[in-house]
Formats: sequence, C-alpha cells, structure tokens
Amino acid sequence: MNEIWVFAEQRDGALQNVSLELLSKGRELAAQSGYTLCALLLSENGEALAPELFAYGASKVYVADSPRFAYSQNDWFGEAVCRAVREQKPEILLFGATSVGRSLAPTVAAALHTGLTADCTGLEFDSEKKILLQTRPAFGGNIMATITCENHRPQMSTVRANVFKRTRVDGASGTIVRLGIDISDVPERMHRVSATKEAGDDANLAEAKVIVSGGRGIGGPEGFGLVRKLADALGGSVGASRATVDAGWISPLHQVGQTGKTVCPKLYVALGISGAIQHLAGMQSSDTIVAVNKDPSAPIFEVADIGIVGDLNEVVPEIVRALEARRA
Amino acid sequence: MKIVVCIKQVPDSDKVTIDRATNRLNRAGVPSVVNPFDENALEVALKLKDAIPGTTVTVVSMGPPQAEAAIRECLARGATDGVLVSGREFGGADTWATGYTLALAIKKLGPVDLVLFGKQATDGDTAQVGPGIAWQLGLPVLTYAKSVEALGDKAFKVIRTTEDGYEEWEIDRPCALTVVKEAGELRIGSLKSKMAAKKAQIPVWGFADLAPDPELIGLKGSPTRVTKVFAPPVKTGRERLEGTPSQVAEALVERLAAKHLV
Repeated sequence: MNEIWVFAEQRDGALQNVSLELLSKGRELAAQSGYTLCALLLSENGEALAPELFAYGASKVYVADSPRFAYSQNDWFGEAVCRAVREQKPEILLFGATSVGRSLAPTVAAALHTGLTADCTGLEFDSEKKILLQTRPAFGGNIMATITCENHRPQMSTVRANVFKRTRVDGASGTIVRLGIDISDVPERMHRVSATKEAGDDANLAEAKVIVSGGRGIGGPEGFGLVRKLADALGGSVGASRATVDAGWISPLHQVGQTGKTVCPKLYVALGISGAIQHLAGMQSSDTIVAVNKDPSAPIFEVADIGIVGDLNEVVPEIVRALEARRA
Repeated sequence: MKIVVCIKQVPDSDKVTIDRATNRLNRAGVPSVVNPFDENALEVALKLKDAIPGTTVTVVSMGPPQAEAAIRECLARGATDGVLVSGREFGGADTWATGYTLALAIKKLGPVDLVLFGKQATDGDTAQVGPGIAWQLGLPVLTYAKSVEALGDKAFKVIRTTEDGYEEWEIDRPCALTVVKEAGELRIGSLKSKMAAKKAQIPVWGFADLAPDPELIGLKGSPTRVTKVFAPPVKTGRERLEGTPSQVAEALVERLAAKHLV
C-alpha cells in the first residue's frame, strides 16, 4: 500500500515528542510522494491517543490493543509491528531513535529482511525513483551519507528527537483502523520488573530544547553549580562531557557524546569543553551552539555559532545577570 | 555457562582528527582498537565467568584479517577463545547482512546461554547489529544493559538505562544483551592470559565454513546502499564575541534574543 507509517511511541499513556515530529516530517513526505500518512499505535487503552496523532498530521491511525502493550516488550512489540506490516505493506516505516525505537526497529528490520538507516537527520522522497533518501551523519558527523533501500520494503529509518519540527494541523481528523492482531501466542521470555526515573526532571537530555554542558574546564564537581545556574536561567537541562563523568563529577545520565547521549537542542551551550570528536558527535547537529572556553584554539569553536574566549567563572555569572536583567 | 561476545575493530576515535580543508578524517597512522563498548560487554562476560565456575567466553568478530589483533587483545584480557569471520564474499555488508553472517558463526559454535554486544560501534553508531543478530538467533534481546546478574541457571536480572533513568528486567536464558559503558571498564588481564593470548590459535571462518546463502551476504545481501557521501554543510554566520565579561554577556544575550532562544 502506498503508505508512510510512523510508529507512535507512548510511555505511560503519553506520546513521545519525537513521534509527533516524525508525523510532521511525514506530512512533507506524503506531499512529495502522494502516499498516505499513517500512525501505528500499540496500546493497552485502545485509540485514546488517536486524536493527538491526527492533530499532528496522520490521516489514518492503525490501532492494535492488548494488555501486553502496557510498555515496550521487544518480543511482543516486534512481533506486533511485523504482523501489521505484513498485513498492510507500507512503503516507509519511521521510528524515533529512542531507547525503545533503537531496539524495536533493528528487530523488525531483521525479521522483515529490509534495510534500516539509523539516526537520520534528513529524509526526502525521490519522486522519480520513488524511494526514500535517508541522510545521516557518519563518523562523528564529519561526513554525511545518503542511504537508500531500493529493493526491500518497507524502507525504515530511525530519527532522533528534535531533528524535525512538530507542527499541529488545525481541525485535522482521520480514520481509525483497528488491526486484529493477536500476539497471545508469543511466549513471554522477558518482563520489566520496575522502572525508575533519575531524580531531577532534566535527565532526559534527548528531548531538551536547551542544554548547558560542563567540561573539564569547569574545574571540579562544584563547577556544575555554575552550569546549573546558567541552565536554570535559560530554562534548560544540564549536560556533561565524558571527562567530567569519568572523574565522577556528575551522573552518567548527563553525558553528551558518542559514549553518552546524542542531542540536538535548539540551543547548546558548552562551558569549558574542548570539543573532542567524541563530544562533537553527540551535539553538533544542535541548532545554535555557544562555546565558552579559555583556549582560543579549542576545537569546540569550529562548530560554535557564537564563541567566547574567556574565563567561564567571569563570563557565566555575567550571562546569568544579563538574562535576569532582561527578564526583569 | 557459555557466553559469546561480539566485537568489532574500529579506528581509535580519540585519536582521529579532521582535515578541515576537505572535511575528511585523517586516517593515516590512526591505531585500530576494540570498539570501546565491546570492551564493556567483554567485562560483563568476564564478571560472570568469575562468578560462575565452568563459564567460557568466546569472542567473535567479522572483519579483515588484521581484525585478528582485536580478538587477541580480548584473549589477553581474559576471554577463553575467539573466532574471526573473514572473507572477500562478506565485504560491503550492511547491518542486515552483517547480522546474518555473524549469526551463522554463533550457531556454528553450538548452543549458547548469553550473547553480548557493545551498545553500538563508534565508527558506524547504528546500534543495529546486536538486535539483528538476536532476531537471527531467535533470542530475546535487551539493549543498553548496565548490569547483568544470573538468576539461577534459567534467567538473568538486567538493569538497562533509558533516556531518563533505569529499568529492571528479568529475561530468560538464552538471550542477547547490548551493553553500555556504565557496565564497567575492561580489566587489564592477568600475566597468564597475556601469555596465552600471544600463543593462541585464532581460527578464521570463511565462506566455506559458514555455508551462507550467497544472496544474503556482503554487498549483495545488503538491503541498503550508500548512494552519496558529502561534507556537512558549513555553518555560516559564526562569530566570536570580544570584550569584557559583561560586554560579551550582553552581546550573547542580545543574539540569543534575536534568535528567540531567550
């Protein structure tokens, strides 16, 4: 079928932003291709989330519900997605590159024997060849590669949060299609015992709009006090370089970079971070990058939109003051 | 218990620099290392080996002949043995074909209790091969594991990291896990294992050994194609702010305000 599917990822009854961003991108692809934009919703409470999926551009929402869909259990979700795809045969299938999507998508691609491109930063439809052009950064973002999957279907991609913008569609509506998928025959080989959120609401860097990160240059664990102050003033979350995490100054959940999290906020502020490739790989697709570092030759300045060479202990309190003055 | 750890030899990303004129990597002289996350996976395996008598840890890698060095490194750190999957026919494989090929090698090793992977390789960053192999082997998989504990001889307790915290899972044996850095740094290895690694014979399994479907390996067996490679668009309008701390701070806030970021 000439359809584009977005996997509608939900946690505790709330859709993930990245799924809505994918729908917005999906609308563009639907316009380019003439395909129908659809969402695939696996849920324990039926079609409750369908109106929100329509509001972000889905024309059709496929719903499969089962008590087994309370949270993503890879065997069950994988089998359900595969059965839905085999039944409806979409051309394109998109997932958010979350801890769920990055497990589920490769499982589904393996089972369906089709191609999967991870962490795309660009998606475009080639209307002549009728294929999806999937662009992703390679090796720390220093090279971009366009990848295609011509002979297998669906064409599958994962995309990080914040890469695409989400836009509501006014007065949108659509159709709900109930899939009669029953996975009660799939054995239970794993189950989640508990889920714990790290104290502090800003640990989810992947979806943060503003991130202020500290590197070795902040001097010590107490330096994160200053980082936090600026993050608060900007309404953002706190990030960290690998060096500071390795030194035990802050929890690994805050680490940005290849060994930590890949982020792309609207604003990324790097304080005392030199900018090793492995750090750049995790943040250089951010919209606006600001760097404060006392070393004028630090590689971070090569990706920074706005660079400030100076002592962050002098500069950062001034920035906080200027922000407060503006607000007052 | 029989554990398999899949590893990949990658260029040392800490030592890679960029030629800013061409936006390409300066690869010359960059040493090859075991993918850092695979080291964490190996450490998980070795901890289980310490805890459970009779446990063996087999390292499997696919790559060119020189990838043997990466396997030998793992033996020096304490792995029991290793196998290199190598052959011209396997070249150009994407993550699907790589998963298919490595799964054949793991099947050839006989029944296993646990297959471990690093969360992703630092050269491709796809994180797709681990779950792909798990499917090929018919095993359940959990990703982003930071701790693994055997629950008797039928299951494992696994703590996995998520975007904003942690989850505890129980998963039946046999299974596959991908491992994050927090699982622990790889040990140095004993003198004994270092000596043994030097002398170890590492078998190389090629096309004839694995007898794959020729349509499913290498470039031919890869659903995806790289159709274009290009330098990332250069950012325009970059600037440096000069002046006293309060002047640069004012200037920064003005610019952020102009971009509606404050």
